Amino acid sequence: MHFDALLLSRLQFAFTIAFHIIFPSFTIGLASFLAVLEGLWLATKNDTFKLLYLFWVKIFAISFGMGVVTGVVISYEIGTNWSAFAAAAAPVIGPLLAFEVLTAFFLEASFLGVMLFGWRKVGPKLHFASTSLVAFGTVVSAFWIISANSWMQDPSGFTTLHDGTLRATDWARVIFSPTFPIRLIHMILAAFLTTSLVVGAASAWRLLKEPSEEQSELALRMAIGMFAIVAPLQLLAGDASGKWVLQAQPAKLAAIEAFWDTKPSQAFHIAAWPDRASASNRWELSIPKLGSLITAGDVNARVQGLKAFAPADRPPVAVVFWAFRVMVGLGVAMIALGFWGAFLVWRGVLVHSPLFLRACVAMGPAGFLAVVAGWIVAEVGRQPFVIYGVLRTDQALSPVSGGEVSVSLLSFMMIYAVIFSFGVLYILRLIAKGPVAGGLEPAPAMARPPGYALAALADEPERDG
Amino acid sequence: MSLDLPLIWTCIIAVAVLLYVMLDGFDLGIGILFPFAGSPAERDVMMNTVAPVWDGNETWLVLGGGGLFAAFPLAFAALMPALYIPITAMLLSLILRGVAFEFRLHGRRQARAFWTGAFAVGSLGATLAQGLVLGGFIQGVSLRNGRFAGAAFDWLTPYAVLVAAGLVAGYALLGASWLIWRTKDALHDRARRWAWSALASVALLLLAVSIATLFVHPRIAMRWGEHEGRVDLLQLARLSPIPILGAAGLGISGLGLLRRAHGWPFAGAVLVFISGYLGLAAGFFPDIVPYSMTFRQAANADNALALMLIAVVVLLPAIIGYSLWVYWIFRGKVTPDAGYH
Repeated sequence: MHFDALLLSRLQFAFTIAFHIIFPSFTIGLASFLAVLEGLWLATKNDTFKLLYLFWVKIFAISFGMGVVTGVVISYEIGTNWSAFAAAAAPVIGPLLAFEVLTAFFLEASFLGVMLFGWRKVGPKLHFASTSLVAFGTVVSAFWIISANSWMQDPSGFTTLHDGTLRATDWARVIFSPTFPIRLIHMILAAFLTTSLVVGAASAWRLLKEPSEEQSELALRMAIGMFAIVAPLQLLAGDASGKWVLQAQPAKLAAIEAFWDTKPSQAFHIAAWPDRASASNRWELSIPKLGSLITAGDVNARVQGLKAFAPADRPPVAVVFWAFRVMVGLGVAMIALGFWGAFLVWRGVLVHSPLFLRACVAMGPAGFLAVVAGWIVAEVGRQPFVIYGVLRTDQALSPVSGGEVSVSLLSFMMIYAVIFSFGVLYILRLIAKGPVAGGLEPAPAMARPPGYALAALADEPERDG
Repeated sequence: MSLDLPLIWTCIIAVAVLLYVMLDGFDLGIGILFPFAGSPAERDVMMNTVAPVWDGNETWLVLGGGGLFAAFPLAFAALMPALYIPITAMLLSLILRGVAFEFRLHGRRQARAFWTGAFAVGSLGATLAQGLVLGGFIQGVSLRNGRFAGAAFDWLTPYAVLVAAGLVAGYALLGASWLIWRTKDALHDRARRWAWSALASVALLLLAVSIATLFVHPRIAMRWGEHEGRVDLLQLARLSPIPILGAAGLGISGLGLLRRAHGWPFAGAVLVFISGYLGLAAGFFPDIVPYSMTFRQAANADNALALMLIAVVVLLPAIIGYSLWVYWIFRGKVTPDAGYH
């Protein structure tokens, strides 16, 4: 494999965006969870909700900060590494990304300050409004970014001029490209699932340590309520999204299912070893006819295989095939966890099932893995195009050298490894302390200065700061 | 009536970048001054003065970059690869600086000291990188068929290094004068001393950068009235309000420091930045990729610019409104004992 600027740029973009997507897919759901907690506290005056809010808002602050700084990178990488894409795509999707900044980023960034630091500066209602605006901003941000990405998957509402440049002809069809609505639903549900699994895992971990911690039991019930309902809905949304892939990107669908020949009654491959060189599966474990039923809704349906496309137009198969199975496998596990949890809640024996609590802890990262796997299916499956059918990835590259990109890629990997390790450590440490430790006072989140009355209670001496 | 959309968008991007430089300028300046604080508690206060607003401030950078992509995609596509290394260094530095706001609160002992260092190094690194980007930009970028056709280190020249040093001094002045405005007691007094040093450095470096810029490209000297060894005084007079504004800014800052004013040093620093910004722009306008591409050549399709202009007209006043509201919420002196929350 030759490590040229193209391959390195693809690796860098894949790495930086896969790393970035972890944070929004958690904070989109968490911001809404916080808004619900604060709303319930205002409505009921039950301090358990406030305690949970003050606990989760600290975890939100860490995650959101990491999402912001890794997100800025993406907007500049479009120019540093993919300048030909930037020049080609801007007439159509440039406004979508500008709208994201104008409608979402400023809203989130400004009201985040009030949300984190404004408890004693504004009244409870204004504070709740700030939390809600941040939550709204995260969803609006997802709206625009999925809109731009959906257009790249199935471009519509544009025309190609004589000189080869693109022009939007119908903004509604650019923003609402055919696959956009279902893909947005799929992403938002994924974010809510991811968050509820993390909240569930953290609360279950707390209950394994402190079975009588009522705040954690309440949070676990809320989490179960969320993923027990959303996980099955996500299966439907994912299936509907897949039906669009069959129409809009048949090569991607063929890669997802490792179909090589175009034929009726395709078999469903539970597992396979797809090999692009021989244009076949070296090995497969299959159920006859089920493939056509799942992808086209009819056991006799004729479904295109990869051989219907020129070898240069076929996406990588094994990566897409297996990423899809990881995503769906995790989704099925989430549905099972949801039914199990709902059953335990119904029987009123939730905290008495250490096995379920351990399963919740184990499933904590499942949402992140499923999101990244799903992203791999969507993006790698679209190859060799960056704008499907319009611009090939190898024509999207900037005039940069392999040397520059290898240095930048290594730098990103090192810095991201450091911030990821510390971010996870600090979040786990907060969870280990639990919601009660933080108390009802809105956070001496700032370090206590010497002379502060409670400085003697600081749990660790400070060497420097 | 038809609007000159590329010109309007040039103004919007220019204002976004100027706002970024001034707003994140004082955040980054505080990071630059971090190593000189008297105690960890002073550093806490310094950070607390910007903790609620830095994220909104940095968003202007996303509007500047994202706006350049959306409004002038050919300039974005030409400039970013040309400045690949300093842009990447800026992003990496901003990551360290940004996470340090949270991580410094959660770190214990060595880790806390590490994030204190990361905040300072990230702030200084981002400032130097922005200075190198600016210097590389003003020197001009060589293009062939609209694509960057130079080498990876074209931006690295003594001029760019001089500009980077000037920006460090400028951000330090913004940061120090912000602290004069927003703190009390020992830190306030310390910030005054920092402001004096920064002001002297800014005055010297601003003069040095101004003179050096005249020699970067013949067009710049011509803009300021020099032509084949002769000086056109009328031309110079037309642009003279810009250096006068800068001198006035320096004077206001200095006088404010002498009279122990709280707000004036910062106001003066802002004027210095506006003057420097206009002074540089006067040299290369109407180019958006200096000496290779005008803003009209780089502009996006009219229908895209028009659509985005509608969004800007509706949303930008709201953004400015709620940003000011957030600053208003967090107004007043920040002290260690009062706590921030």
